[in-house]
Amino acid sequence: MSDKVSNPTSTPTHTPASNAGSDAAGNSASNSASTAPYELVIGLEVHVQLATQSKLFCRCSTRFGAEPNTQTCPVCIGLPGALPVMNREAYQLALRTALALHCEIPAFTKWDRKNYYYPDLPKGYQISQFDLPMSRNGWLEIRDPKGEFAPKRVRITRAHLEEDAGKSMHDEVAGRADSRIDLNRTGTPLLEIVSEPDLRSPREAKAYLTELRLLLVYLGVSDCNMQEGSLRVDANVNLHIATPEGTIATPIVEVKNVNSFRAVERALAFEAERQYEAWLETGQRKGDVPKQTRGWDDQRQITYGQRHKEESSDYRYFPDPDLAPVTITVEQVERIRAGLGELPAATRTRLESDYQLPAYDADVIVNQESAFVAYYLAVADGCGDGKQAANWLTQEVLRLMNERNWTIGQFPVPASGLVELLAAVKSGKAPATRAKELFGAMVDGSLALDAAMERLGIAAVSSSEIESLCRQLLADNPRIVADVKSGKAQAAASLIGQAKKRNPNVNPNDVRATCLKLIEQM
Amino acid sequence: MGSVSTSATRLRDDLAAGRISSVEATRACLDRIHQVDGRVQAFLRVDAEGAMAAAADVDRRRSQGLPVGLLAGVPIALKDILCTRGQPTTCGSKMLERFVPPYDATVVRKLREADAVILGKVNLDEFAMGGSTENSAYFPTRNPWDLERVPGGSSGGSAACVAAEMAPWSIGTDTGGSIRQPAALCGITGLKPTYGRVSRFGLVAFASSLDQAGPMTHSAEDAALLLEAIAGHDPLDATSADVPAPRYTAELDKPLDGLRLGLVRDHYGAGLSSEVEAAVREAVRIFESLGARTVDISLPHSKYGIATYYVIAPCEASSNLARYDGVHFGYRTDEPSMLAELEAERRAALASSGDSARAEAAVAAIDSPLVRLYRRTRAEGFGPEVKRRVMLGTYALSAGYYDAYYLKALKVRRLIRNDYDAAFENVDLIIGPTTPAAAYRLGEKANDPLAMYLEDLYTVTANLAGVPGISIPCGSTAAGLPIGLQLQAPAFQESRLLRAAHRFQRVTDWHLRRPDLS
Ligand SMILES: [Zn+2]
Repeated sequence: MSDKVSNPTSTPTHTPASNAGSDAAGNSASNSASTAPYELVIGLEVHVQLATQSKLFCRCSTRFGAEPNTQTCPVCIGLPGALPVMNREAYQLALRTALALHCEIPAFTKWDRKNYYYPDLPKGYQISQFDLPMSRNGWLEIRDPKGEFAPKRVRITRAHLEEDAGKSMHDEVAGRADSRIDLNRTGTPLLEIVSEPDLRSPREAKAYLTELRLLLVYLGVSDCNMQEGSLRVDANVNLHIATPEGTIATPIVEVKNVNSFRAVERALAFEAERQYEAWLETGQRKGDVPKQTRGWDDQRQITYGQRHKEESSDYRYFPDPDLAPVTITVEQVERIRAGLGELPAATRTRLESDYQLPAYDADVIVNQESAFVAYYLAVADGCGDGKQAANWLTQEVLRLMNERNWTIGQFPVPASGLVELLAAVKSGKAPATRAKELFGAMVDGSLALDAAMERLGIAAVSSSEIESLCRQLLADNPRIVADVKSGKAQAAASLIGQAKKRNPNVNPNDVRATCLKLIEQM
Repeated sequence: MGSVSTSATRLRDDLAAGRISSVEATRACLDRIHQVDGRVQAFLRVDAEGAMAAAADVDRRRSQGLPVGLLAGVPIALKDILCTRGQPTTCGSKMLERFVPPYDATVVRKLREADAVILGKVNLDEFAMGGSTENSAYFPTRNPWDLERVPGGSSGGSAACVAAEMAPWSIGTDTGGSIRQPAALCGITGLKPTYGRVSRFGLVAFASSLDQAGPMTHSAEDAALLLEAIAGHDPLDATSADVPAPRYTAELDKPLDGLRLGLVRDHYGAGLSSEVEAAVREAVRIFESLGARTVDISLPHSKYGIATYYVIAPCEASSNLARYDGVHFGYRTDEPSMLAELEAERRAALASSGDSARAEAAVAAIDSPLVRLYRRTRAEGFGPEVKRRVMLGTYALSAGYYDAYYLKALKVRRLIRNDYDAAFENVDLIIGPTTPAAAYRLGEKANDPLAMYLEDLYTVTANLAGVPGISIPCGSTAAGLPIGLQLQAPAFQESRLLRAAHRFQRVTDWHLRRPDLS
């Protein structure tokens, strides 16, 4: 308890202006906002719902979309006498995430109560982590393959576990008090990941979120479904304005309820302009007014001031006496670290170095789910040509997945099927000109290569078949034979057309070569 | 009928031997309740039907030769702060007047599994906050030894129903002495186990880091049997200790050779009544005559026990009781009258303010319906002592006060624990008075909360340190009121406590005395 921070009421979030570290000061020259007379300073708080079977402190299911109040029990609705018991699985998933974010894992972490009154909070407090979070001091690297900003490490202040609140179906209507509340979500495990104010543009913010989501999905710790609320973003944002008297920081605004990455980008761009205009008008600086909370209106594409929650000023955090502190050994941490597997950043590097892919292609492949990367690797290793595999995946496979709304897991042709096709083209078994058509047939009919060739009437043509076909052609076209003999080799081209009419599966090059050889022998 | 006035252990043996049926024993309790509880007022609710059905079921199974539990057929009363499935659990509060839990507390489940017969729920100070049972939202319980006096609290109903022989034993809870103090005042035996020894699941929380349920009985022998039934690790309570519970009854008669008793110097100071002091000194002498050795010890920080307790317990309570807000369960203020009140305030604000800006501000200052719902529900649903402690705790956890109060209290709590650790290096048990004086008159301290808090002087430190303590009868005042002797042991040494208490009760008869309620 002795290292409790001195002021128990200040929420453990950063203050952007004071914390902006030099190691993370972005390359402002590449910022889209570089022409603006200010620097935009952004820190993000991301709440991620962990993919556990059951809630953080009881055995209720966390499945989304059930009838309201059907996934509850005395513990998560806070009935008198009910007690919380920690779900170890949630802590394990949180540890995986924290380690993938390069965080320090303290040997000792504890649970605190955050006290406030709200109808979606049945106990009157939320179980969270205040001064001893389960992880702190990490980083996440972001890059832009188009080079719009320089690669940077965004520092992670902390990541801690907490339980979710319920869902108010109606906000309080003036003059009435009949909100309806769904407590299915109450007690669902959330990991709150707080970044330092290291982001300098809406694009960087979006890149951070995209990379974070990718990491979480790779780790299998969350489905990150924003529509279902599995990933929620709050942004702390203000401006640093250069003036003749020095740099001025504007008041920090927290933008809440932003429900897509695109909306985050737009809300931040809007806030930048709004805060600059507000500064021109009022001259208010950070510290002049309390931190303001604004919501994002996706319809009108604006942020708007939100009413303060009555009791939110002092959360009276204190250690939850119902729960024992959690301890973890270095060995346990290392075992989890060893089990993380290859993370997206490492995969990108490997694709660039071992498979000679351009950064852009590597990014496109890695930004899909990890099963897509596995598919790519199987194809690339199978055909021995990383670039060819990348072309097929980023063009054909991704196009079909997008068109038909498939995941790679649902894709009907396995990697081995594509490898087989590429090998057949290479060996001449399948005509290169019809490779995409063949792939389409394999996809549409969930067919193996041979079946697809049969479906399209593509049969492998043996060299003796080609030779007899060519002999007939030469017999039927004495003029062309004469032309070729007189030195006009290109005259053989018209034989190819005729050959394809007689047998569409013949390889044009084979026909040409065989005809020329036979003429020479004549 | 004699069955109830015998010990619970004897009753259990009689039941097992077929000398009495559970239906007869239960009927005797119900008759006794009918006879005397109008005066004592220990019970909030008697479940005659449920008890008789449970008793008949045990009798039937026993007669068919089917297996029965450890406490088969023995009636018991429960403090109304332990959740009973399908039965109201009020915590002595208006707030939970109609609350019916959909689950049994683990203690209750274990009692049912042991085939105990639950007679009903007994009175307490609201949410276990108090030391006289006068803070019950329903009615005060009276001390069976003198109906004009308090039975102690907060487990006053649990103590009074046993003392008045309405139940052979009961379950109480102890956060700062709430088992031991009423046991002392009612002349019975009350054991507060080690923190974590008995599951808190389903025990409605007052102060989570201090609450423990335990047996309230006539004798140490009975307490051993009842503790055996309810102790043990519970996966539903993260603070329950994963330490095997011994068979306390089997260890009762183990010898206590060379027992070292610690006499706390700090206990014999101002505030201790001479009658209590004399009785305790006599008890010590009896232990010495049984071969015990006494050692003077000091618990130097125990003088801060009350202050520490009255910071930590209210802090936890302020948070634990936040859920009683009228939204999800329990009492809710009358909404039509609340909305009418808000509307009247709005009109008054508009009428009294001349200019429109001031009127607007006055209207804006009125609570939202939600906030008014919280305010009215809590103002109407809680009694004054609960409000006092919720306010104390809220204040002590607030910005700017946290370090000076809550954090400081935690540090002192650590020092008090260290005191106990040091003391137990030299002694096996600590012996002293349970309370500074015998039972006081109803209303005597009702308007002096501080005087009431000082009653807890000798008991709260065991809760702060998490160690077990037992109160056993050791004397009587000139007015005929019982006096309690407290023994404390290191964590998880309930067996030692019970053995010492049992040894004492084999050579004394204070625990056999009964009040005259004829
Ligand atoms: Zn639940």
